[in-house]
Amino acid sequence: MDIDKDLVAASATPLVLAILSEGESYGYAIIKRVSELSGGELQWTDGMLYPLLHRLERNGYVESFWAESESGRQRKYYRLTRAGAEQLDRQRRQWQIVDKTMKGILSLAVDPAGGGRLVCPDMRGVTG
Amino acid sequence: MSKMTLEERIGQWREYLQKRPAVRSVDIDELEDHLRTQIEALRQAGLDEDEAFLVAVKRLGDLDAISREFAIEYSERLWKQLVVLSGSAASPPSSHRDATLAVGMATAAALAIKIPALFGIRIFGSASDFAFYLSNLSLFVLPFLAVFFGLKRGLHRFEEWFWLAVPFIAAGVIVNLLPFKTGGQTQILAAIHLPIALWLMVCYAYAGGQWRNHEQRMNYVRFSGEWFIYYTLIALGGAILMGLTVFIFKAIGLNTETAIQEWVLPCGAMGAVIIAAWLVEYKQSVIENIAPVLTWLFTPLFTALLFVFVVAMILTGNAIQVEREVLIGFDLLLVLVLGLLLYSISARDPQQPPGKFDILQLLLVASALIVDALALWAIAARISEFGFSANKTAALGLNLLLLVNLVWSTVLYIRFLTGRSAFRPLERWQTAYLTVFAAWAWFVTVFFPVIFNYR
Repeated sequence: MDIDKDLVAASATPLVLAILSEGESYGYAIIKRVSELSGGELQWTDGMLYPLLHRLERNGYVESFWAESESGRQRKYYRLTRAGAEQLDRQRRQWQIVDKTMKGILSLAVDPAGGGRLVCPDMRGVTG
Repeated sequence: MSKMTLEERIGQWREYLQKRPAVRSVDIDELEDHLRTQIEALRQAGLDEDEAFLVAVKRLGDLDAISREFAIEYSERLWKQLVVLSGSAASPPSSHRDATLAVGMATAAALAIKIPALFGIRIFGSASDFAFYLSNLSLFVLPFLAVFFGLKRGLHRFEEWFWLAVPFIAAGVIVNLLPFKTGGQTQILAAIHLPIALWLMVCYAYAGGQWRNHEQRMNYVRFSGEWFIYYTLIALGGAILMGLTVFIFKAIGLNTETAIQEWVLPCGAMGAVIIAAWLVEYKQSVIENIAPVLTWLFTPLFTALLFVFVVAMILTGNAIQVEREVLIGFDLLLVLVLGLLLYSISARDPQQPPGKFDILQLLLVASALIVDALALWAIAARISEFGFSANKTAALGLNLLLLVNLVWSTVLYIRFLTGRSAFRPLERWQTAYLTVFAAWAWFVTVFFPVIFNYR
């Protein structure tokens, strides 16, 4: 399923912070982890992660360092700072509220594919 | 045609990415590592080299979009954003509007300086007329600069415009209604400090109201340095143009000197303030290439000057003479050094590790600190002998402010160079200190006349 672009963008920061809270990591591994966590449903454009990491670093949420990877290449690693952990905590609370609210209202709205009440009859004529 | 190896392909990919000004080479290194890791993973999954490369590049995404993201992220390097945006299909529609606005404001400033002439106050008239122009100079042009940025940054709330207007109105009232003695120390001090005070107020409009934001303040420092260079260039060109005008008209027996003195020089000098500001914003890529070169050139020279000066003082045993001209020269030198320091801090990439240039900066700061301390000592000695005067007190205050700034800058530089701290605190210190300078400039303008009885 394609997830809305804005939704992907909004969830990117807490997701990256949460992944880094598991331990230091690097770009490719972070993307792998996202794909793993979402069961492959959440797909990022790989390159877009890097500007985001830079922004997080500029805001002091993560810090970076270059080190040799297992393949012998130089690789840039990121780790969470204390400010980053605090930010993650704030974002977690925000997302919990959003999540709770969405669960509440979306369980009332019946899936239109299953003959939903919320879909206007004219529209059903067009799409069906 | 022979087949390209993987290394050649990656090399080509790198080259393609390097053409984008917004992406720094260290970012490309990081992206390259990503690409290579991805290719290795795909190769292990059974793809051949070519397929793996293509899939990996595809997954990385549209390079234009990535470099645009990087440009936004490095918005402190604002021009790159402009380059990227105008490179893509949609060119910024605001550039035309900005140009109109700049020309409009420049014209308004040029006309404003001529308004007093309608009431018979002439620049090269009596001493009191001249004093009027001297103390009001910044008020003829900086309000227009503030309006330029206010409109450009989209200030729209009434309070924002109100707070922007307050300092200018207050300044106008103070310099014109206080009973200054014409040509007295306090009047000249106010004339020197008011432009600085108001210039720092323009920061409010420049930052779109977010004057507390450190990044915005740093941007304003960078803007100020670049504006200074543009203005100097325009002034040089203007001087040559005026000289030539006088010269060629003389050849056909016409005297244009009065017209130039009365109109071209004052109107041009005012209008150029706005035009230079607009050029900094509009043609930033040009100046961003020159300005760092100039700092690289002048930092060692200023360091050498201060160093040699200290050595000469030690060898000859001569103390600093505290006469008025000498004092002004000294303060000018120290302010220039601070300006140089501020600009190089603002132009530096804060994430770069310490380098040779930072050691040079530390030397500059340290030698300025010694010179400042010596000057301070001389002024204090003079004051204890002859008592306070407006000039000496202003110099004392400025030197004290500079001393505090330089001492703490030295500490922060040493901490940065020894790896105990990031570069960020140094930036923070300087941007926070701007408030102190603004407060001092206002204090000298407003309270010195009262304290020293308008003399």
